[in-house]
Amino acid sequence: MSLESREEMVPDISQPRWTIWLSDHPLVVLGSVLVVLVLVTGVIEPNYLSVSGLRNTVLLAAPLGIMAGAQTILMLTGGIDLSVGMIATAAAYVAANQSPNGALIAITLGLLVGVAAGTVNGIGVGVFQVNPLIMTLAMSSILIGLFTALSFTVLQGSTTVNDFISTLGGGSFLGNRIPYNALVWTGVSLLIVYGLRYTGFGRLLYALGDNPVATRLAGVRSWQVLIVAYALAGLLAALAGILLAGRTGAVDLQLAVNFLLPSVAAAVIGGTSIFGGIGTYSGTVLGALILGVLATMLTFLNAGQAIQQIVYGSIVLGLAWLYARVTGVS
Amino acid sequence: MSDKPLLQADGIAKRFGTVVALRSANLQVEPGEIHALLGANGAGKSTLVKALSGVHRPDAGSIRVNGELFDVRNPRIAAEAGLATVFQDPALIPDLTVEENLRLTNLPSEVVHDWLERMDLADVDFEAQIRDLPLPTLRLLDLARALARDPSLLMLDEITAALTADQAEHVFAVMEDRKSRGKSVLFITHRLGEVLRMCDRATVLRDGQDVEVCVPGEVGEAGLVQAMLGEVAKATPDESSALASLDEAPVALETIELRSGDEVRGVSFSLRAGEVLGVAALEDQGQDRLFELLSGDRRADAGEIILADGEALDARSPYDAVRKGVVLVPSDRLHALLPKRPIRENLTTPLYNKITKWFSLAGDEKQRVDSAIDRLSIDTRAGKQAGRLSGGNQQKVVVGRWLASGFRVLLCFDPTRGIDVGTKQQIYHLLRELADGGAAVLLYTSELAEIPLVCDRVLVLYDGEIVDEQPAVNATEQALLTAAHGISEEVA
Repeated sequence: MSLESREEMVPDISQPRWTIWLSDHPLVVLGSVLVVLVLVTGVIEPNYLSVSGLRNTVLLAAPLGIMAGAQTILMLTGGIDLSVGMIATAAAYVAANQSPNGALIAITLGLLVGVAAGTVNGIGVGVFQVNPLIMTLAMSSILIGLFTALSFTVLQGSTTVNDFISTLGGGSFLGNRIPYNALVWTGVSLLIVYGLRYTGFGRLLYALGDNPVATRLAGVRSWQVLIVAYALAGLLAALAGILLAGRTGAVDLQLAVNFLLPSVAAAVIGGTSIFGGIGTYSGTVLGALILGVLATMLTFLNAGQAIQQIVYGSIVLGLAWLYARVTGVS
Repeated sequence: MSDKPLLQADGIAKRFGTVVALRSANLQVEPGEIHALLGANGAGKSTLVKALSGVHRPDAGSIRVNGELFDVRNPRIAAEAGLATVFQDPALIPDLTVEENLRLTNLPSEVVHDWLERMDLADVDFEAQIRDLPLPTLRLLDLARALARDPSLLMLDEITAALTADQAEHVFAVMEDRKSRGKSVLFITHRLGEVLRMCDRATVLRDGQDVEVCVPGEVGEAGLVQAMLGEVAKATPDESSALASLDEAPVALETIELRSGDEVRGVSFSLRAGEVLGVAALEDQGQDRLFELLSGDRRADAGEIILADGEALDARSPYDAVRKGVVLVPSDRLHALLPKRPIRENLTTPLYNKITKWFSLAGDEKQRVDSAIDRLSIDTRAGKQAGRLSGGNQQKVVVGRWLASGFRVLLCFDPTRGIDVGTKQQIYHLLRELADGGAAVLLYTSELAEIPLVCDRVLVLYDGEIVDEQPAVNATEQALLTAAHGISEEVA
């Protein structure tokens, strides 16, 4: 039998075109899911499809999206940050406490708290090779204890933020159409997307998560990358916490604790692999928006916290399954 | 031969995501036959074996054993059908002991032990943890385990690649034994000598389909290579330009009495710019440790590594070595590849290992990538994820990342293990070319026959010491083997 006739007999078993296309363009899928969710919510509550309805969703999603940015950066390295919620709370607490001294000092000190906690996380994970789960869980616990104690002593005083911070976190401009925190989120998003795609540091985050041994053999000193990554994550968490405090106006030690799981969920929904090496921040942004719309929808449906949790969990599971299917990882 | 083949696989197809691993492969194995499955890297050999073992479920095609149709959807069904496989990577759980691993498979350890005895491995400690045993032992353990099932078809996926010559002989004896009892063996290897010696028939795969079934003895090595590559293969690589002038070339790297534990015991040699220096050794003679020391992966207990400018290389991590231009191509591609990332990012990782390079991308990144891809003729079709490339292409990517970032001394640790003939020649050709361009190359290879083809000089390492040094032109396999066994014998 000649080779040529063989070739013709070969059945074409290539994948259906649309699945290939979709696996190359995951953002299109996420974008569609988002649009469908918005429309469904609009059917449930027609008032939602208005400037103020959509604005509220963005207002909700912005701090979550920024915190999920911290999570995305770390998940790319194969790590995770279980302390984002507490870092955010701690930063907000400090910002509130310093609010009487002016917004600049309040925000700067708040962000510094995040960078400091993140750097310690990074040193633990990068230098002392503590497992990220353990390191950040411990950090979270230490921060809870520390700030519980501090709130009765050094940080006694203001628990409300000043006007600038509350405008930044909860206010809107252009005739109450566009929230200021969305503006902050947009800036942060551009920086993260650019950083991941067009800088050497971004390359190393992916490389480290994909294969730490290969990255080391390429002459990369992983501890440097990890310290900077965790410090950045701390910074982002702190920023999210300050915006959140601005939205609620006052802080307590429970402020951002409930944001931990959604921050992981937003990244996972956006296609970031918890095993590292795969993911984009654009995906995470859509993931955060999807969660924001969902929360709004469930509120309209008068669903309780319990239902919300079940829905979150189911969506994360469903998407994880879908990613496995579409990317063909068997 | 009976009228029904033992195994008949028809039109087996399998794709992973968008990559087609098997288009439509047919395979027939007769009872009492040793059948070779041949093909270049990425031809689909391993995928076919995995389909027959129930590891991958084929997208299309049928599998018949003794004429009976089997839907081999998991390994248990494959075992019921009388198929047993020794995979390319050991299928043992590293954290369990040998005994515990055997218990998982429900096999009596006495039977396994009998087989180990026949392969000269009676002294394997069944209480030892798998992770503490050397790779060759694990391969043979896998083999013993497969044999304990007394399968009617034994499938061996590149089992000899990791074995020493005498261990390979044991495997050949086992194969002969199977044959004499009317059982069959499906044998995958890149070593055509083994095919000519052992196999009754061969099926050649190319691009995911079978292109030829032949009797190896009739078509010869050249015929097999041609079937695998689909074109007339280039003969040998270029004759090494055994330069007399090398003696005057500047020294690129010199070691003085390098020591590390019991593994490296006072190694001194010098590597000149423009030279490919071979290292020949049997398994475990300290070559692994030597390369770890040179690449900065580990610090020496004593001794010095001196670079071209007389500067000592006292590397605390690979970073220090890489910064001074001493770079490693490790034996295991999994240690050097970013499997989920595109080729481009794989090639450029070393460009960003300094903090000052973190803030942007290298302006000439694209040119560097393109020229490395071009120079190595890397097949970029599956380029979005390097892990989807064939083994040979992955190895090219690993070499390519140093081409893209630049180096002075290239340390290659068995870079052609498990790579097909064509790619192997390309890699050797490239090493030669790099050396001719002024780079220094230190090459350890387990394939002694290839040393004269690519090296200028060769060092023989035995028990952590250099026991011999000779010009590569004289380094016949025979001479090297003799030296590598630590037998001092004058080469006449």
